[in-house]
Amino acid sequence: MEEIIFIEKERFHDAALKCRSEGYDFLRSLTGMDWGEEGLGVVYHLENTETAGNIVLKTLTRDRENPQLASVSDIWKGAEFNEREVFDYFGIRFIGHPDMRRLYLREDWSGHPLRKDYDMESNPLRMTNEETADTTQHIEILKDGSVIKHREVLFDEDEYVINIGPQHPATHGVLRFRVSLEGETIKKLDVHCGYIHRGIEKMCESLTYPQTLALTDRLDYLGAHQNRHALCMCIEKALGIEVSERVQYIRTIMDELQRIDSHLLFYSCACMDLGALTAFFYGFRDREKILDIFEGTTGGRLIQNYNTIGGVQADIAPDFVAKVKDFIRYMRPTLKEYHDVFTGNIIMQGRTKGVGVLSREDAISFGATGGTGRASGWACDVRKRHPYAAYGKVKFDEITFTEGDCFARYMVRMKEIEQSLDIIEQLIDNIPEGDIQVKMKPVIKVPEGSYYAAVEGSRGEFGVYLESRGEKYPYRLKFRSTGLPLVSAMDTMCRNAKIADLIAIGATVDYVVPDIDR
Amino acid sequence: MEVKNREYIEEMVRELKASGTNVVVGCLDEMINWGRGNSLWPLTFATSCCGIEYMAVGAARYDFARFGFEVTRASPRQADMIMVAGTITHKMAPVLRRLYDQMADPKYVVAVGGCSISGGPFKKSYHVVNGIDSILPVDVYIPGCPPRPEALLYGMIQLQNKVKAQKFFGDVNRKTDKGDAEAGRAHRKDR
Ligand code: SF4
Repeated sequence: MEEIIFIEKERFHDAALKCRSEGYDFLRSLTGMDWGEEGLGVVYHLENTETAGNIVLKTLTRDRENPQLASVSDIWKGAEFNEREVFDYFGIRFIGHPDMRRLYLREDWSGHPLRKDYDMESNPLRMTNEETADTTQHIEILKDGSVIKHREVLFDEDEYVINIGPQHPATHGVLRFRVSLEGETIKKLDVHCGYIHRGIEKMCESLTYPQTLALTDRLDYLGAHQNRHALCMCIEKALGIEVSERVQYIRTIMDELQRIDSHLLFYSCACMDLGALTAFFYGFRDREKILDIFEGTTGGRLIQNYNTIGGVQADIAPDFVAKVKDFIRYMRPTLKEYHDVFTGNIIMQGRTKGVGVLSREDAISFGATGGTGRASGWACDVRKRHPYAAYGKVKFDEITFTEGDCFARYMVRMKEIEQSLDIIEQLIDNIPEGDIQVKMKPVIKVPEGSYYAAVEGSRGEFGVYLESRGEKYPYRLKFRSTGLPLVSAMDTMCRNAKIADLIAIGATVDYVVPDIDR
Repeated sequence: MEVKNREYIEEMVRELKASGTNVVVGCLDEMINWGRGNSLWPLTFATSCCGIEYMAVGAARYDFARFGFEVTRASPRQADMIMVAGTITHKMAPVLRRLYDQMADPKYVVAVGGCSISGGPFKKSYHVVNGIDSILPVDVYIPGCPPRPEALLYGMIQLQNKVKAQKFFGDVNRKTDKGDAEAGRAHRKDR
């Protein structure tokens, strides 16, 4: 169980500033909460990137009619989208936030769905097209304590605004951008999320723990193993269960295979977006080999439903080890082929080098973890920061670059495939004997408290925050999305780039939209 | 790939055609449908997990181009069919409907995966459409979560069969948009 420091809402902004000056520069996760009678509030997970030390803060307001809290978006940039999410879910308005719009739901949605008293029937399906507002709201508190609301203009009357998405092949799903252009240069970019907001967090509150597992695979389906691993780890931590070493090894190998799978898909799609269709087929061809391995053991290709609370669904298939070794032997030379086909290409280099730069400070401030953060020189790998499963036992390099541009982001992922192969190689021959499942009670009740666990997903830190009241359903389950910080940094990366660069930036940032929207 | 049960479908198609078609028009129909059926171009449309399997079907190993699905089109105006691969949420529903409306007739809809058939694992969510057939008329349903690539191919081939069984002259070439939505809804009611 974690220790949470409670801070009064009046003092919260100052306290947050103090934490920031003490070196807590990475806002890992920001979770809106409805504590019923107690009020509405927010839980903040902070990390010091120098020391990897963590603290957890919380604050709350008792006012349910017109809840207001201080915004920390001026301290951590990543808070901007997260606070909009909290506003959307709980209706808490953040004072000082520059852009208090809903993040996922339609503007004309009534109510706030993650509140415990939300009426699930209150919003029937509307088939009217949604109007997109060009203005937003900014709430400010004056010295004398009175609150005023400003209307902020997002896009001016005479700005040239282009709409991209939600149905656009280069947005990798249903993300939508509105871009203001001057000639070909991007002046401002506004991200619209929510086209695949499935309300998973709310659903989890009425599912038993084993049932919640199934939904994690469908968040970031290219990190299905890892997501589920995070949730299982969190629940195991809460229950105080130790899984066997065999399970740890299997989970680690599966996670790495999944990472390679995801990076191969990244390669395919990035190449396709930049116009290299052949490379797309290469990536998919080799990805199928991993899916075959998954299928042999788990029965699933894309979505495996493999991890369980306290173990894994089934033991590895008899030919698993041999197949994985075959794959490693096949993959190493193939990677060279990949580079020959695409990496050295002069057009590709021209379109990615020096394009869409994200500085290290910004990466940390936005919480843009994963390959994106590492390309900017931030060593943010959870496998190194807080080793879990069998990662403490293996040797591998954390790939970092310093340029922070599209090319660096591409190279990080390509090099990580090699590292993942190394990790698997170290483990595959030494999988220890042991049980694959700890015996569990049929009804799992997690002791009261709050817990956080994180894994390195395919595209960054995937975290699970669980608050339990000792029942068989979670009281609140929040998934730290890997993609949300990435899209919140899109505006920063795209400013003053060309409109065509948006495609290269989007491709190399490598977000998966259902993971952003959840 | 071997598609089972094809013979009986083809038999059915022959029977359907045999009853009361003009010889000339019938022959023309057959020819046009042969062309239409074997070159159905899907819209590039995917919202979530099922979409990745759909991409896999288009890529190296499964390759739907073998069956005439050749290329996916990014513009609805150039597409013959839409594979609704993935969850459709409340916010997406009007967009999907608009995409469908923008497609030229005759057009077809395939519902891929549990999500688009019924809401799938997210049926109880506050923001997920419980089955796209409440907003669009659906021609083929492919169940699964996600359906295997083989299942996707089978479903797509079933759509080809449907196209080949249609009357072109005086029927699908005259079809208008009107009533599509109602058709969808009515169809849903009697399920
Ligand atoms: S049916 Fe399953 S795999 Fe397909 S979109 Fe829905 S959750 Fe994803």
